[in-house]
Amino acid sequence: MSSARKFKEFIFESAIKISGLASIFIVALIFFFLLKEGIFLFRSQSFAGFLFGKNWYPISDPPEFGILPLVLGSLLVTLGAAVISIPLSIASAVYIAEVAPRKFKEILKSGIELLAAIPSVVLGFIGMVTIVPWIKTAFHIPTGLTAISGSVMLAFMAMPTIISIAEDALHSVPRIYKEGAYALGATQWQTIVRVVIPAASSGIMAAVMLGLGRVIGETMAVMMITGNSASMPRGFLHPVRTLTATIAAEMGETVQGSDHYFALFAIGIVLFLITFLVNMASDIFLHRKRK
Amino acid sequence: MTALLPKTSQRIAFFVLWLATLSVIVPVGMVILIIFKNGWAAMTWEFLTQMPRSGMRAGGILPAIVGTFYLVLGAVFFALPLGLFAAIYLSEYSKDNWINRGVRLAIINLAGVPSVVFGLFGLALFVGFFKFGSSILSGSLTLGVMILPVIITSSGEALDSVPKSFREVSLSLGATKLQTIRHAVLPHALPGILTGTILGVGRAAGETAPILFTVAAFYLPRLPQSIFDQAMALPYHLYVLSTQVPNVDSKIRYGTALVLLTIVLLMNLIAIMIRSYFRSKKKW
Repeated sequence: MSSARKFKEFIFESAIKISGLASIFIVALIFFFLLKEGIFLFRSQSFAGFLFGKNWYPISDPPEFGILPLVLGSLLVTLGAAVISIPLSIASAVYIAEVAPRKFKEILKSGIELLAAIPSVVLGFIGMVTIVPWIKTAFHIPTGLTAISGSVMLAFMAMPTIISIAEDALHSVPRIYKEGAYALGATQWQTIVRVVIPAASSGIMAAVMLGLGRVIGETMAVMMITGNSASMPRGFLHPVRTLTATIAAEMGETVQGSDHYFALFAIGIVLFLITFLVNMASDIFLHRKRK
Repeated sequence: MTALLPKTSQRIAFFVLWLATLSVIVPVGMVILIIFKNGWAAMTWEFLTQMPRSGMRAGGILPAIVGTFYLVLGAVFFALPLGLFAAIYLSEYSKDNWINRGVRLAIINLAGVPSVVFGLFGLALFVGFFKFGSSILSGSLTLGVMILPVIITSSGEALDSVPKSFREVSLSLGATKLQTIRHAVLPHALPGILTGTILGVGRAAGETAPILFTVAAFYLPRLPQSIFDQAMALPYHLYVLSTQVPNVDSKIRYGTALVLLTIVLLMNLIAIMIRSYFRSKKKW
């Protein structure tokens, strides 16, 4: 082999090896840059005051950067989305994996893929013209821009993730388990409830966690339809403000290097850590399944 | 209440499952239908090829379409080589050890990072640290980082699905490892890589939060001149039209949503078609 070719191979193989590690590097870089900017908030603000402060008044004098109302806003919207999406998604996953006829199955799966592909700003727009007015008239409240509107919309963003991962988990339950149950005289439904779902349970757990992780991080739709009120949430029928929406809505107005700017990065750190933990935990669940 | 016969309870249970599935699928159809029905009226040649006028309340959306096109092109230009190389490393070079596991965990985490956090990252690194400013370059790089996990995962799957014997034959003929990858593995993995790239394009075209602070211009009725220019983009334009600009003809909002949705769904449709075409042609 000529030395020129050897050199070329060396260059390519080095590039491949470096690129291979790029994702670790990028995750570290994201965390570093969030930390680099966010850390400055804590010159003037205590950790406890940031996490548990009840007032988010970033442009008052003096400003207050308590993110408790935003954390609770995110939790409230996520809770609502969980209540709606978890039963519907698991039921659909079971239907697609176990009940639906083969041809129908492919159509349903493509439908779910389409739902996953719709951009969140489009869903937010549709939410504004459908769900928001419905909620307003159904509950006779002054505005339909409420936590519950966000929950309904976000449920639809969690469902594709939950359904496709849960369907995979159900699908990978060994055939032999089902055949054993049938041989004992169980009906298909009894087999699904007593054998298939328990066997797939850790995969289903992982699916739910990843779906809800997506909900916590969702930004545009939630900003467009939850009303953006950064006070302590008062319930599902009131406007709320989430962590993500706060960053997206306020970053444009901040001055780089101001406490407000740093505070938004600090919120970014919180979001990054939440989704990091959710992803790690769901990976543990997925790996337990394989053993 | 008397206990139901097993057969009867099964019938009821399956009916409930069917209803649940319908309640997920029907709204998807409705969203698409509503946008097509209301957006169709706005679809004129003028809407697609002219600048917005009178504070975006009239005229077309050309700069947003062009902006999105540049952003997506830039994101792929950055993410495809990096993602493909990373996938080659994972499936052809690295042994199954802790580095491999670390990389996989990093990819999973990267895929789960909220899009607005990518926006913050892009703002801090590309706009601030590298001083690219709010520009197409910053936005493209931010979107590129965001679609990286999509490209790595799907390229990796494509590479893994090429049979081991292909590599063994090539190596036994005296080809180097790199020649083997280049001539015996990559050509067969190409459809899968293409599918992943197109899905990444669809994702990048539709995302708003990562471009909010890295490139998006509220109202810029001209075409971008260079990669250091700000630009309008379809998803941000739709956001602006629906929340920031009062008294917009709803036709324009629906029209913008329709153009965006068509691009994204078309990308997904093409990806699905490539996948099923090559799956049916596969000989091994």
